[in-house]
Amino acid sequence: MTPNLTIMNVSRVLQGVKTAAFTSNARQKLLAFASLLGLLLFFSMASPSFMQTDNMVGILQATAVNGVLAIACTFVIITSGIDLSVGTLMTFCAVMAGVVLTYWGLPFYLGVLAAIFFGALSGFISGVLIAKLKIPPFIATLGMMLMLKGLSLVITHSKPIYFNDTPEFPLIAQDSLIGYFLPELPIPNAVLILFVLAVVSSLILNKTVLGTYTFALGSNEEAVRLSGVNVDRWKIIVYTLSGAICGIAGLLIASRLNSAQPSLGQGYELDAIAAVVIGGTSLSGGAGTILGTIIGAFIMSVLTNGLRIMSVAQEWQTVVTGLIIIAAVYADILRKPK
Amino acid sequence: MTSLVAISNLCKSFPGVRALHNARLEIAAGEVHAVMGENGAGKSTLMKILAGVYQKDSGEISIDGQAVDITGPRAAQALGIGIIHQELNLMGHLSVAQNIFIGREPLGRLGMFIDTGKMARDTREIFERLHLNLEPYTLVRDLTVARQQMVEIARALSLDSRVLIMDEPTAALNDAEIDDLFRIIGQLKRQGVGIVYISHKMDELKRISDRVTVMRDGQYIGTVPTATTSMDTIIGMMVGRTLLDDERPPASEQGQEIALEVRGLNRGRTIRNVSFSVRKGEILGFAGLMGAGRTEVARAVFGADKKDSGEIRVHGRRVDVRSPADAVKQGIGYLSEDRKHFGLATGMDVQTNIVLATLRRFLSHGFILKPAAMQVAATKLIAQLGIKTTGTQQKVALLSGGNQQKIVIAKWLVRDCEILFFDEPTRGIDVGAKSEIYKLLNALAAQGRAIVMISSELPEVLRLSHRIVVMCEGRITGELAARDATQEKIMRLATQREAPAVAFNAGAAAAAF
Repeated sequence: MTPNLTIMNVSRVLQGVKTAAFTSNARQKLLAFASLLGLLLFFSMASPSFMQTDNMVGILQATAVNGVLAIACTFVIITSGIDLSVGTLMTFCAVMAGVVLTYWGLPFYLGVLAAIFFGALSGFISGVLIAKLKIPPFIATLGMMLMLKGLSLVITHSKPIYFNDTPEFPLIAQDSLIGYFLPELPIPNAVLILFVLAVVSSLILNKTVLGTYTFALGSNEEAVRLSGVNVDRWKIIVYTLSGAICGIAGLLIASRLNSAQPSLGQGYELDAIAAVVIGGTSLSGGAGTILGTIIGAFIMSVLTNGLRIMSVAQEWQTVVTGLIIIAAVYADILRKPK
Repeated sequence: MTSLVAISNLCKSFPGVRALHNARLEIAAGEVHAVMGENGAGKSTLMKILAGVYQKDSGEISIDGQAVDITGPRAAQALGIGIIHQELNLMGHLSVAQNIFIGREPLGRLGMFIDTGKMARDTREIFERLHLNLEPYTLVRDLTVARQQMVEIARALSLDSRVLIMDEPTAALNDAEIDDLFRIIGQLKRQGVGIVYISHKMDELKRISDRVTVMRDGQYIGTVPTATTSMDTIIGMMVGRTLLDDERPPASEQGQEIALEVRGLNRGRTIRNVSFSVRKGEILGFAGLMGAGRTEVARAVFGADKKDSGEIRVHGRRVDVRSPADAVKQGIGYLSEDRKHFGLATGMDVQTNIVLATLRRFLSHGFILKPAAMQVAATKLIAQLGIKTTGTQQKVALLSGGNQQKIVIAKWLVRDCEILFFDEPTRGIDVGAKSEIYKLLNALAAQGRAIVMISSELPEVLRLSHRIVVMCEGRITGELAARDATQEKIMRLATQREAPAVAFNAGAAAAAF
């Protein structure tokens, strides 16, 4: 009896693995990952300086902010929503950290908390606008995007806030915890934070109730409602979480620049959405992965970095990025059975 | 029988509509209770109130003699009321287990993470109870509609439902799947579950229900035992009069010219060497079981699907139909079985829908629309077909199924199609509206149009067709003249399989389900 049971269990586990490996998500990730490897191979052959440690660290560093924002967007996009405010929200959170630390001179940890708190608050407001007032996500977050941009400029009188009184602040992104243990791998903390956040987000999406409802909302919201789930509440929670993650992005960018730049931010949301889409998350909701998003973010920064190293003009880099986004989504459509 | 649920004096109004007025229903434990009525009679509203989707305006609902207040879907679940909605309410991107446990996921470690192992085990247990062979980790969208429905039933059962409401559960199922569903219903009955069953299919109700409650215009008409009541009586209660169902089609007009002739049509295994012809003024019925290839034939003739071989002749002239646009040019129209998906822009008004396919005729200077001309055309058709609408500007979504079907017909009439394929023209339409569609089909034939009607309802085929072609497994197995045709003859042809091997395979497939 016992050996039989074990065999059954093993076959069940195998079956689970099989279904997981052959879902379209997994295939999309594979495709995205292969594209990333292809790009790395291409650029390393095209330019000898591409594969050098400094350049690699540069790419990692450059991915951190967009990667974190893209994670925030992934949650919202899986619910079949969209968040256009992530870029200016990031800036607003950086500004609020500056207000707490530089204007008011409060302790370091309060500045960190302020950034995350205002991120979550803004996400909460977007969530209420969308879930309770039934404003379409595109419009609600477009409005939030402009309001946050304006507020950042008003609060700072359009001048950057520098973190000169808080020597710890630049260390958030720039220091290297890994470098202390492995001096030959000076990976900046920003990248470490990106990866930790990715793992935590992945756990939330795949192992918790919140994650299940995130997918469920994107798959069939009415069905979730009829199952007796408080749809509005969970939607607000998703947007709040997404906002809090934007707060982390705000800390990263302010720490890297050692200042909160109020005019920065607009345009970041589109890069983040592009990374999510390249990573295989469906804009119609219900499907997507954090790993895909991270790969998508890396494809974008490898592309920018590689083209720059090959001395392709900035203008043409933008053209190529646009092409890649369209190609990535088209590849996804081609694979889907009609 | 003790009454499990008792509903009395239930009233519910929506803006401008009184949906329920003193509605009544009593469900006993261990019975299948059919609720019947025309579309708009208030069946769905009553069920939605019971399931907590809508709130009642006034009236009493009691369970086990205790008055209860159903404040929402969750409250209904807690009271042991489960519902399987007409449009399946599942999340396709989620697994079977996730769908079953949505809203009450078991938590494991740290009280944070979902205990997927327990969820899968519990799911398997429910499936074992139902003798169903389903994997908890399969994504719901990879399942057939019938299996998705089983998932819905499993979900309702996992909530320990004592009352299970099924709204048109067999609409998308084939015969083998229906048998399976009925087996499960029988099992639930023995366990003492009270089942409310809503369906338009009379033969099904005869097969499984114990009692029938009839509703009309939001009101309770009566409750009768199924076994001892004739269907005519029930239909009479539904429409408020007894239907005379002995109408027979007039003799076929043999002298008329052949409008459409199809020879040697083939497409993979779904269409095999199909030939038929239809004359002007004739209604040709296509009978057969689900999956016999009738819709496929219509789609291939219409150019919607590619054909492997075959010849199409319109008025004796050979034509090349490669796309629906070609078919329309030859005057062939196809009215699909799924009106909402393929036939209508339900968010737009009646007038726009009627002229949508022929907008080019309503242009001045080649690009400016002429609303006045559109309205004239639409008004004419509304009158001609007897479409019940408040006007040409009414949104199509607000019309009943029967009137929506008439608008699809109107659309094709504007195009002057001489040859019309009707695929399940009365699916989802209530009894009263059905007879109006029948009259319309007869009128169209009398005007000299050639009509091919595909229908799974044998009485309908018998009542309307001048001639009947029967299909089975992609082949035409026989042709019957209206006066010789009986349900038994049609069924014999419809089940006339090619060889025992095929029958064996089909049997194995059914067993695998």
